[in-house]
Amino acid sequence: MTVHPAPESFMLEGYLAAHERKSLLRFITCGSVDDGKSTLIGRLLYESKRLFDDQIAALERDSRKHGTQAGSIDFALLVDGLASEREQGITIDVAYRFFSTDRRTFIVADTPGHEQYTRNMATGASTADVAIVLVDARKGITRQTRRHSLLVSLLGIRHVVLAINKMDLVDWSEAKFTEIVTEFQGFSAELGFEHVTAIPLSALHGDNIVASSSRARWYKGPTLLSHLETVDVEPLGGAEPFRLPVQWVNRPNPDFRGFSGLVTSGMVRPGERVRVLPSGLETTVTRIVTHGGEQDEAVAGQSITLLLSDEVDVSRGDIIASAGRPPHVSDRIEARLFWMATEHLKEGDQFLLKLGAGTVPAMVVSVRQRIDLTTLAPVEASSFGANDVGDVTLALDYSIAFDSYGESRQTGGFILIDRESFDTVAIGLVDGAESRRDAGSQPTRNDGQVTWLKSIREQKRRSVLKAMSWRVIGSVATVAAAFVLTQDTRLATAIGAIEVVTKLVLYYGHERLWARIRFGLSIAAKQHGTDPQSSGAS
Amino acid sequence: MISWREAWGGRHARALDPQGHEPKTKLFRPALTHLDRLEAESIYIMREAVAECDNPVMLYSIGKDSSVLLHLALKAFYPAKPPFPLLHVDTTWKFREMIAFRDQRARELGLELLVHTNPDGLARNVGPITHGSEIHTDVMKTQALKQALERYGFDAAFGGARRDEEKSRAKERVFSLRNAHHRWDPKRQRPEPWQLYNGRKRKGESLRIFPLSNWTELDIWLYIHRENIPIVPLYFAAERPVVERDGMLILVDDERLPLHPGEQPQLRSVRFRTLGCYPLTGAVESTAATLPDIIRETLEARTSERHGRAIDKDTAASMERKKQEGYF
Repeated sequence: MTVHPAPESFMLEGYLAAHERKSLLRFITCGSVDDGKSTLIGRLLYESKRLFDDQIAALERDSRKHGTQAGSIDFALLVDGLASEREQGITIDVAYRFFSTDRRTFIVADTPGHEQYTRNMATGASTADVAIVLVDARKGITRQTRRHSLLVSLLGIRHVVLAINKMDLVDWSEAKFTEIVTEFQGFSAELGFEHVTAIPLSALHGDNIVASSSRARWYKGPTLLSHLETVDVEPLGGAEPFRLPVQWVNRPNPDFRGFSGLVTSGMVRPGERVRVLPSGLETTVTRIVTHGGEQDEAVAGQSITLLLSDEVDVSRGDIIASAGRPPHVSDRIEARLFWMATEHLKEGDQFLLKLGAGTVPAMVVSVRQRIDLTTLAPVEASSFGANDVGDVTLALDYSIAFDSYGESRQTGGFILIDRESFDTVAIGLVDGAESRRDAGSQPTRNDGQVTWLKSIREQKRRSVLKAMSWRVIGSVATVAAAFVLTQDTRLATAIGAIEVVTKLVLYYGHERLWARIRFGLSIAAKQHGTDPQSSGAS
Repeated sequence: MISWREAWGGRHARALDPQGHEPKTKLFRPALTHLDRLEAESIYIMREAVAECDNPVMLYSIGKDSSVLLHLALKAFYPAKPPFPLLHVDTTWKFREMIAFRDQRARELGLELLVHTNPDGLARNVGPITHGSEIHTDVMKTQALKQALERYGFDAAFGGARRDEEKSRAKERVFSLRNAHHRWDPKRQRPEPWQLYNGRKRKGESLRIFPLSNWTELDIWLYIHRENIPIVPLYFAAERPVVERDGMLILVDDERLPLHPGEQPQLRSVRFRTLGCYPLTGAVESTAATLPDIIRETLEARTSERHGRAIDKDTAASMERKKQEGYF
């Protein structure tokens, strides 16, 4: 009708071929307030010629009105798109920007530096391959630099650029540069970054952003852009197990029942055996359906619809996985949390947990530890405040399938949703080390399918109930015995009443005391086969 | 450059590499192209929204982004039909070719198309020429949209907005929460890590869902080309009668456009990069009559796509304010 099946010009074909070969790099800028994150991105866009004339004209107009650069262009105004951001000269929420060079396509997330808006920084970091951690050369590493580095590490970013900005204000001092690099190296050693590249730059003046600076002859490394164009972020190769979180059951007619979702890892072909979790039922893939036709394979990153050979029960939230290497199934999750709400998180709090395409009610059974920001070491804690990072154990209303975050971002990451406001209040990562350790300690381990059940601390209300149920039985016996001995109803009742009150208190105190003592507790493990939720999995 | 490597979980960083070790570069054709990944992500978003919301609708504005969105919806639920209707908020000032295209597409695909026009605005004869673009947009688009969503009880609406279009859109989440008055609060956006979209909402609240958030104008054109997606002919250059006003080329689409004294419509070879209400949308001079021509023009463009849209410039931060008032 209106598509013009144009004569394919040679130029376009060549361009398309080159364009398709370009890889995509997602990166974020993070660091403290006023370290120059937005200015840096504005400068990158400007210098890589990704700005349109009307945008530059608008930028010059805005710079005169809101700018902090005395009339010359304030590049931060390019990304600070909200009125209150421009007013206050700060970044509140993450902004996404797009540009490309001849070698790569980039999606940049400019994230806020204010502690109050750290949750928005985490949103940008969760999908990034590379993090640019900005540091003001005059101020060095700050508390917020540490917090952001911890979150960057937590969310699994392995490539960091330590961008030491405002070098012009310290006269391009090599000593200052080395001092900051050494300090960062010292505290980040524990964070598991694979690659850290330190670059001295001035975002405001454009030194070492696109072109090398003549002002730092001692620096022989790449500019920021050339580093971003070449940094290798391909994950270590290796056949990852197939995972398809089921989003939608497609039933256009009684003869077609397909399971739609995005392949989060691995690949699948018709004829392959798969297992549906948490039910544990095994079946075979018969067809892979897409709008463009049937496919003979599907790989990670594709949205597909699978047809299975048996009439198995599969619904939204289930995971279809390779039969040989299925995910864990449990109603308990040990996880590291980034807590984002202003109210405190404490034991007994209840949430909705969303992982993959499934949502399940969850309760915090224990707050195990908090990560101290200065030392990055775990400390004892019983609650989390806003922007705290720490470890918790969650009990779910029923078993779900999941991987550890180290194995998969998609099936190992989750969010906690408040049950009243429905706000997203925490980002969680399933702790792989914990579940592996627990599974490994079990002699009954069966082809990696042992799930784990940690011993848990008893809650107060359980102790109260136990004390009462015990005393009711005991008191009936006491009253009966006293009546037999004294033949006096009033005396027997009085004896019984005194005993009920004193022993209730004593029993409760005794219970609470033992609830805190770990002596003699053993960790119970269970296999899929013994769990009614996952029968047939073993 | 100073760089150091550390083994996974290793405790101590290795010595600094004095040579300034450059990470190795891999240049190979990825299994999935950039467009493949964008497509898969958009389909994922649509399926999430449909699964998590009770009564979704797709805002269909007839433009190229809507055409791509519709195409993705057909793919996401294939072989079933998209499980939601299309809604067009008709200001009565759209290009005639747009309306013809809209009706033809809905008929061809057999989809339910709802068309809503603000009856109060219609009764008061609100229009961009008599009332100015701000009032026209507010009454005929923002208020009309709210009326339509409330009338049908939609709790989620898909839109084709992209983050590269405008600064406040660059800040918006994929699942964007609106309160009971359809207002967007940029300071209260929910964190949205990985692809975990939170579709829960309280009574009265609703969601705007933007599956094309991560697409750019160029991606849209490359995808239309790759998938052969039908679009309104106004995107292709042709001789059309235009008048020049405030630096914009306005198409004389019907007799409602009053000509200023001495103004004479001229036939010029023009096309549109973006489509809205015709008196508010500027054409660009162009000879790009095919998709490859358009892609080349997009690559060489020196002005942004929304340059030709009057409503974005009404006041500074105007898009953000409109969104807060309930505009898409």
